[in-house]
Amino acid sequence: MLNSSLKQLSTLLATKKISSVELTGEFLKRVKALNPDYNAFITVDEKMSLAQAQTADAMIASGQAQPLTGIPIAQKDIFCTKGWLTTCGSKMLSNFVSPYDAGVIERFNAAGAVNIGKTNMDEFAMGSSNETSFYGPVKNPWDITAVPGGSSGGSACAVAARMAPAATGTDTGGSIRQPAALCGISGIKPTYGLVSRYGMIAFASSLDQGGPMAKSAEDLALMLNVMAGFDTRDSTSLQRAPEDYARDLAGPLQGLRIGLPKEYFVAGMSADVARAVEAAIAEYRKLGAETVEVSLPNTKLSIPVYYVLAPAEASSNLSRFDGVRYGYRAPEYTDLNDMYQKSRAQGFGAEVKRRILIGTYVLSHGYYDAYYIQAQKLRRLIAQDFAAAFAQCDIIMGPTTPTVAFALGEKSSNPVQMYLSDTYTIATNLAGLPGMSIPAGFGDNNRPVGLHIIGNYFAEAQMLNVAHQYQQVTDWHIRMPDKLIA
Amino acid sequence: MQWEIVIGLEVHTQLSTRSKIFSGAPTAFGAAPNAQACAVDIALPGVLPVLNRGAVERAIRLGLAVGAKINSPSIFARKNYFYPDLPKGYQISQYELPVVAGGSVKIIQIGGDGSECEKTIRLTRAHLEEDAGKSLHEDFQGMTGIDLNRAGTPLLEIVSEPDMRSSAEAVAFAKTLHSLVRWIDICDGNMQEGSFRCDANVSVRPLGSDKLGTRCEIKNLNSFRFLEKAIDYEAKRQMEILEDGGTIRQETRLYDSDKDETRAMRSKEDAQDYRYFPDPDLLPLEISADWINRVRAMLPELPEAKRSSYMAEYSLSAYDAGVLTATREMADYFESTVKLLPTQAKLCANWIMGEVNGRLHREAMDIAQCPVSPAQLAGLLLRISDGTVSGKTAKDVFDAMWRGECGGDADIIIETKGLKQISDAGEIEQLIAGILAANPQQVADYRNGKEKAFNSLVGQAMKATKGKANPAQVNELLKKKLTE
Repeated sequence: MLNSSLKQLSTLLATKKISSVELTGEFLKRVKALNPDYNAFITVDEKMSLAQAQTADAMIASGQAQPLTGIPIAQKDIFCTKGWLTTCGSKMLSNFVSPYDAGVIERFNAAGAVNIGKTNMDEFAMGSSNETSFYGPVKNPWDITAVPGGSSGGSACAVAARMAPAATGTDTGGSIRQPAALCGISGIKPTYGLVSRYGMIAFASSLDQGGPMAKSAEDLALMLNVMAGFDTRDSTSLQRAPEDYARDLAGPLQGLRIGLPKEYFVAGMSADVARAVEAAIAEYRKLGAETVEVSLPNTKLSIPVYYVLAPAEASSNLSRFDGVRYGYRAPEYTDLNDMYQKSRAQGFGAEVKRRILIGTYVLSHGYYDAYYIQAQKLRRLIAQDFAAAFAQCDIIMGPTTPTVAFALGEKSSNPVQMYLSDTYTIATNLAGLPGMSIPAGFGDNNRPVGLHIIGNYFAEAQMLNVAHQYQQVTDWHIRMPDKLIA
Repeated sequence: MQWEIVIGLEVHTQLSTRSKIFSGAPTAFGAAPNAQACAVDIALPGVLPVLNRGAVERAIRLGLAVGAKINSPSIFARKNYFYPDLPKGYQISQYELPVVAGGSVKIIQIGGDGSECEKTIRLTRAHLEEDAGKSLHEDFQGMTGIDLNRAGTPLLEIVSEPDMRSSAEAVAFAKTLHSLVRWIDICDGNMQEGSFRCDANVSVRPLGSDKLGTRCEIKNLNSFRFLEKAIDYEAKRQMEILEDGGTIRQETRLYDSDKDETRAMRSKEDAQDYRYFPDPDLLPLEISADWINRVRAMLPELPEAKRSSYMAEYSLSAYDAGVLTATREMADYFESTVKLLPTQAKLCANWIMGEVNGRLHREAMDIAQCPVSPAQLAGLLLRISDGTVSGKTAKDVFDAMWRGECGGDADIIIETKGLKQISDAGEIEQLIAGILAANPQQVADYRNGKEKAFNSLVGQAMKATKGKANPAQVNELLKKKLTE
């Protein structure tokens, strides 16, 4: 059952082979057993989960079941969830019980899904290793000494260790795809605007996008069917007709033109990752796809542009955490400014403070034009690169990350090294394009490698088809760490 | 040295939308603290702003009314600073590309000699923004209370060029703008509740200089009188400093109405860097030509146009036309009245500006609440113009109408009270004959050149008829009899 697809679980529930309460109980048991070692969850609340499972069982009994009804889903702790502690991985919100549900949570509730718990994450989604969480790092299920990636590391770990059948994540610069790659699962960051940001605690508003993390492309499609959709409460949400993201899964890949950006296949990528990615591409050729070399000449600008824009937006987005109305407030202070300073100094971790400082700096009088405006211009160039590439190909592929999972502590004292682990994923956020990572074998030390698939705007169904066809002829996505096989 | 005062105003008008500019919470004044603050207003984690198009429409209305350019796209920007009543840690405002760019307002001032002087004040821009909440420093013993009801209330900040040269001009501009925003129904103009408040930028320079002096900004002036006094005080303060060889520090100042003085609040050096940048939660605002045209079509005739048409059509003075177009309700009242008495426009104007306005003012009422309807007033004015009652008697009739007697019908009041003017020549001649016969001394005095005696005779005639005799006829017939 641990390796069952969402569709299989749905069938078990529909045919009354198992109830949602039983299924939820099974996963809760596994969470209880494994979480102390892996730290994937910040909050688990059996009572609330089981109450939802009962509701789901009633829905099933009355014939109102939808594809995810009764299935436990792990929710990244960035989504405000009514009645649940919602911390965003920060001491600042360590006492914040949300009085409302995020748009995404509402959609899962309406679909009858069960919230199995709130997953650990880098503080305010700022990090690539899950080491910036106030709640301590998450461990990689493939190797407990390695990082799971970040910022959605808790969600990636929960799915990889089969503590949840699927999970939600958010991706500002790679935060779904990078941990998916490092933990050997699948994850998709949709086109910007497809999934509502309402109730998703903002890091960098123009880049943040929620998306699903699961074992397979087919599961991602079912998850995305629930998550995507217009929300009047998010002005950047896109008003489009609903789609069935699973509709094209079975399509053949004959004649698919895969673009391989020459800038991705140069120095920087480690040999083990290169080998796995090349093997995956060879598999695609066998499936009838052809490959073309494309160029994304401004790739090298992605990281500097991102590290101007994302901190700029974050510095402003995080201003509301001031100790006045909710969240952490320093126990002792002398006056208003002292209260602000101490609350924020004590409530935020080092990486969050670093980015607030960078963001404040680049928006300051006299620097704004040189940094922020310049970065916005380059952001357009990066988007134009992709437009040009998509004139030559249907889909772009490359590695999700330059290396397999690195060791805990290896990069935590070197922010720039850490930032470079998002080299391949950041550009899609800057362009607003959808990107996904699927398991493509293993590299050094038997750590997973992710294949990065970038589609054109709104090409999610096509990307899922491309991933699904690969997963029909490979089994990387259903592999799990030996020691975790029950 | 002779000095010239240079003034520019920033006027914050609270827009009359029912809900806030970026949330669905109501904007009504006076609710219990924080009863009108929703998740968005208190800036819970994860909430997002959604623009209220009603606020944009009101900004467009102002733009069209002042002949400005409507920018499309228009951009919302974050103004970042920390304050407990600013829940997000930034205010959503506009920086580059405000909704309204340019435009102008004409002001008319009446000199001491009754002469009229018209001046055009240019506008720089008008931009949309959200109001902050309120910090309550009393009642909490060493702590501060925060009321976020006002947080997110839509404001349109209207910024003028430094085109005013006296406090009187600044007041005239503020009053004209105040009247305009109510006229086009975008703001209730309630200054006590803070719906219309001004910041004044004041500087002085030697008369004839074309270089602007260093300015000071006086914040939050919420009455025309304070605006005038604050500018006068500030200009005098600056002139004295300069005459003593000092220099003006650019700073923000507060006006203390109790002491009638301005006080430094913060200098330019401590001015914060607001780190404006486009709000990534709000897309650039596109305002289509079609939208602008729809708003234009719904715009009422503007006061300036109405004023000109009153002057041309009814031969009213600019002053009269100005008073009658002070509010839309006033203009409506005048037009409804004059429509029934098209040949008596001046009479209508005089009565509305005099009797009606005076009475409203005494009773602290608004013209919309006037118990005498335009039709009823026209009924009375008709009886003045056709000689049925004198102007003096008409005031008594008006009082009765105000009290609602006889259903406010002038004719019935005149009839039942017997107030009809005596205009029958025969009756008046008979009356005069009697008075002359009874007052031989006065008759003799008059004939000996004592003009005063004439007035006494008129007075007796009026007294004998309880004021109902047509005074013009009495005068005429009396003169005739005395010279016979």
